[in-house]
Amino acid sequence: MPAMGFYTDTTVCIGCKACQVACHQWNDLPADLAEQPTGPDQPGQTRPLTGMSYDNTGSLSDLNWRHVKFIEKSQASDGTLSYQPTDASRENLQWLMMSDVCKHCVNAPCLDVCPTGAIMRTEFDSVYIQQNVCNGCRDCVSACPFGVIHMGGPENEGKGIAKKCTLCYDRMQHSLAPACAQACPTASIQFGPIEELKTRAEQRVNQLHSMGMSQARLYGADEKILGGLNAFYLLMDEPEVYGLPSNPKVPSRNVLPTNLWSFGSAILMGIAGLVSFRKRRMDSFAQGAAEQRRQEEVR
Amino acid sequence: MPGLGIGYGRGGATTFLQDLQHTDCILIMGSNFAENHPVGFRWVMKAKMNGAKIIHVDPRFTRTSAVADMYGPIRAGSDIVFLGGMINYIIQNEKYFRDYVVNYTNAPTLVDPSFQGPEDLEGLFSGWNPEARKYDPTSWKYATEPGPQTGAPQDPELNRTSSFTERVGKLVGGRPRQDLTMQAPNCVFQIVKRHYARYTPEMVEEATGCPQETFLKICEEFVNCSGPDRTGSMAYAVAWTQHTTGVQMIRAATLIQSLLGNMGRPGGGIMALRGHATIQGSTDIPTLYNILPGYLATPSGQKKHDTLGDYLETEVTPTAYWANMPKFMVSLLKAWFGDAATPANDYGYSWLPKIIGDHSHMPMFVNMAQGKIEGFFCMGQNPAVGGQDAGYQRKALAKLKWMVVKDFVETETASFWYDSPEINNGELKTEDIQTEIFFLPAATSNEMDGSYTNTMRLAQWHDKAVDPPEDCRSDIHFTVHLGLRLKELYRDSTDAKDDPIKNLTWNYIDEEENREHGWQILDEPSAHRVMREINGYTVADGKVVRGFGDLKDDGTTACGCWIYSGIYAPTDEFPDGFNRAASREKGLWVSPKWGFAWPANRHILYNRASADPQGNPWPKEARLAQAFDPTGKTKGYIWWDPNAETRDAQGNVVQGKWMGVENEIPDFPITKAPTAQAKPGGVGLDFHSGADPFIMKADGKAWLFAPSGAVDGPLPTHYEPAEAPVQNPLYKQQANPVFKKFQADETPLAEVGDPKYPYVITTYRLTEHHLSGAMTRTLPWLAELMPELFVEIPPELATELGIQNTQMVRVSTPRGSAEAKALVTKRLRPFNISGKLVYQVGMPMHWGYKGVARGAVPNNLTSLVGDPNVSIHESKAFLCNIEPLADQPGAAHNQQQEH
Repeated sequence: MPAMGFYTDTTVCIGCKACQVACHQWNDLPADLAEQPTGPDQPGQTRPLTGMSYDNTGSLSDLNWRHVKFIEKSQASDGTLSYQPTDASRENLQWLMMSDVCKHCVNAPCLDVCPTGAIMRTEFDSVYIQQNVCNGCRDCVSACPFGVIHMGGPENEGKGIAKKCTLCYDRMQHSLAPACAQACPTASIQFGPIEELKTRAEQRVNQLHSMGMSQARLYGADEKILGGLNAFYLLMDEPEVYGLPSNPKVPSRNVLPTNLWSFGSAILMGIAGLVSFRKRRMDSFAQGAAEQRRQEEVR
Repeated sequence: MPGLGIGYGRGGATTFLQDLQHTDCILIMGSNFAENHPVGFRWVMKAKMNGAKIIHVDPRFTRTSAVADMYGPIRAGSDIVFLGGMINYIIQNEKYFRDYVVNYTNAPTLVDPSFQGPEDLEGLFSGWNPEARKYDPTSWKYATEPGPQTGAPQDPELNRTSSFTERVGKLVGGRPRQDLTMQAPNCVFQIVKRHYARYTPEMVEEATGCPQETFLKICEEFVNCSGPDRTGSMAYAVAWTQHTTGVQMIRAATLIQSLLGNMGRPGGGIMALRGHATIQGSTDIPTLYNILPGYLATPSGQKKHDTLGDYLETEVTPTAYWANMPKFMVSLLKAWFGDAATPANDYGYSWLPKIIGDHSHMPMFVNMAQGKIEGFFCMGQNPAVGGQDAGYQRKALAKLKWMVVKDFVETETASFWYDSPEINNGELKTEDIQTEIFFLPAATSNEMDGSYTNTMRLAQWHDKAVDPPEDCRSDIHFTVHLGLRLKELYRDSTDAKDDPIKNLTWNYIDEEENREHGWQILDEPSAHRVMREINGYTVADGKVVRGFGDLKDDGTTACGCWIYSGIYAPTDEFPDGFNRAASREKGLWVSPKWGFAWPANRHILYNRASADPQGNPWPKEARLAQAFDPTGKTKGYIWWDPNAETRDAQGNVVQGKWMGVENEIPDFPITKAPTAQAKPGGVGLDFHSGADPFIMKADGKAWLFAPSGAVDGPLPTHYEPAEAPVQNPLYKQQANPVFKKFQADETPLAEVGDPKYPYVITTYRLTEHHLSGAMTRTLPWLAELMPELFVEIPPELATELGIQNTQMVRVSTPRGSAEAKALVTKRLRPFNISGKLVYQVGMPMHWGYKGVARGAVPNNLTSLVGDPNVSIHESKAFLCNIEPLADQPGAAHNQQQEH
């Protein structure tokens, strides 16, 4: 069985969030609401508008295994780049969109640190968490450099167990594409054998370069990032702009629960991004991290 | 719908979505294609992958702009200046496709010398009657040669004895006069040239706010992607229709596509993006008051429509395919009234109700508010929040005696009597509302058979998957059973006014079919029977007809909607009819066996224009065909094969035939040679030559100048919206002189440049929600994605007003207000219009007071004004004020919880 996965071409992503909805539907995940509906008279209550462009779910979570990011990018007259929607600079205005998901890394740190063997590699080379084996230790949460894994569910005395994208393992066993790829209207999310996808992606990059878009690049299509990502991306800017680390580190095998990582890698990524950026402003990501922290507090 | 119809003959999208992949450039304007038609947008992205340029011109930088190659910002409501500027650019720089323009458009046609336009009359056209506030279009007519029948005395004896079709022949007039050099001052080309001369790049910048350089780059790109070798397409949606100049905005697009020779050609055309899921279908077989199925006019008490003969003579276009209209009308009457429809009673024509004015949505609610309407059936609609000046409409609902709401959730319309804003603020009291409300649970589309006609005129069948739960029933169930009860009620009536109901054919329930499928609901009507009636059949034996070519005007055929005829045509395998809408065979380009595209399964309309006057494909079509079929058998999109043999109606072998790629159906008489001469005095298509592609138009040409069809002038002209921040920069005439205005006293408008309402506001839709939100704000998965009402504000205005991102603000107009969270974004921008700084804000229109995602009603802000041709409201450009509220972010949320 060849390795299967996603190639996401962000140049044709229209931010419709069909992937998020399809993921919820297939995996029977409830919406992340402040108050769940209990009947027609109690229809439930949404969380507030985040004010972060058109992103109102903030990050990947135990309920959102797909998350579409929106980045409003522009340039001020002095050439400074802005990633803040509320800035008034409008030169080269761009609205970057990207559907984030578990990367199903070839060298998956989460799998490496899992003490119970709950996280396994499937025959499709995807990374899968066996829900009935997970003991809720959170080591994988800390290990993931992308902030993918979150704890959820009633198990473990309410502390939950590890949740993330399964690459629709159940669908793949019946030769069906993952729900998100099936629902994507513009073929931004493409599913197939990784080698085929890489060829297709390289051709697309070459085409974009020949059209003068030299900023087009692949992320995770080669082994430089964790041995390769089985969910790799075509990006139109630096990975950090999309909240992706340029050079993610594999943590040591014995992760201490008090390790800095355990505060939530998404927050750390936001901070790390701020530090590593020279001219770029990362307010929106910091906001995202703050929002996530707030949401976690609410929970 | 008339926007495209006036220019080309039919109101439907002229092309199909998959063909967008063949375009060299697509100009999206008046549409947020990516957000509101994401599935169809796949083909725009395919075109982009193929190297096509995507251009988006819009007041807001949206998710469509995000994936476009070029973005042109414009002030809402200034579209005709931008489009007029493009027309001027094309003409001044001689970039039009001359062979196409001379042969296929009315550019060389001469107009009556008495015609005068806005250049002469300060923004008005000749024929203006200020007292009546309307135009007399007599001076907009073509200059014609004397006609064979002109002035011939009507022979009453002939009228009685001859068929309707023969009588149509007597109406043929003289041929329009032409100057093929297009130099005559009163030829259409010169009139158009003079009319748009003032739409200069400088004027475009002054009136729209779009920088000249951006405008010129867009012109250059689009024009360079048009001509014999390349094609550009245009796409628009409701953002062009919801204006007091909506029809003329679409008309302006038809002028561009005609001048550039993009119409009727692969990769070209105008993609009219309709709403979901069957908006096209609901005008074809209309939920409108003024047309009958198949775009036949509803009989009117204000026209000479006394008898069927009068009606046909008034409405028929004798020198186009419309000459066949009597066949379609008589067949419709036979379908509706069956054996009761006889030649002696005009086939029951007098049983059709006649309209006596504008009975569209807005005047209907005015009548309701005035107590003239007692009862209201509300199905598939939610006017309490989806209606314009929604506060007015909610109060109108309170004047009804009864209302039936049929929906699958309790909508705001069903609940206005206990939880509307007017109840909360004391304007209405529940105990005072006498409206008796019946809420009937509806089935969903998965719980019924039926079809959708999508944005590209393609009917696609869906099968019932499961019985609806409990008391939920389909709309067809409700309607058919209501009809049966009315028939029972009037069964013994001798009152003539009850004849229409008594005589209606109403045999739609097929218990056997339901039993065969194992359904529990046996009295569910059969959608297949409806489909058969729509297709048409011969009355004597009930056999389905092959298409509208089989229809007769003598009462021997019946057909429920002529444009769909053929959708259930017989095949060798299925002699009783084959449901083409249910067919799902994938093709490589046209996919002719996937669903059924009206008319006659034609996918690109006016496709005769994809070949040159001699019938050979233009270079682009030849190239596409070569890439599609390397064997060389496919010559173009459609082309004339002089050697092909076919048989005519009499069974004689004839030489020469129009061929189409992947069996695409030519939109042209199949054996009419390109060299065929127009016959003076010829009836129907005999009046046209073999090189006249627009078979529904009286002269076979695309109309740059419209001698008839639009009540607000023969050429698109920029008028400011009913509420505008500035004086019209182009003319003394400020707004469309004939725009519709209902109840001005009760729903007032802001003044021009009103300091109380200084900001331009546009309302729109989001991917995450649908219309009034009844189907989406109630669904947690969608509610979480766009949880609260917001208003998009440019950072400069936010700073000026001291508004923080996500802070609560109040948006108000003279009609009402709506509280929302500020979403501060550089995607909106200030404009410099005629030297004045103009801010523009935007608000999605989906919210209401029920469901999971609840909020204020944006339609409290809109007004009861609309386009004079089609009465569509103006919700895309009006004026508002914005004030920050003291509450901190999150306040909206708390308020919602207090409901």
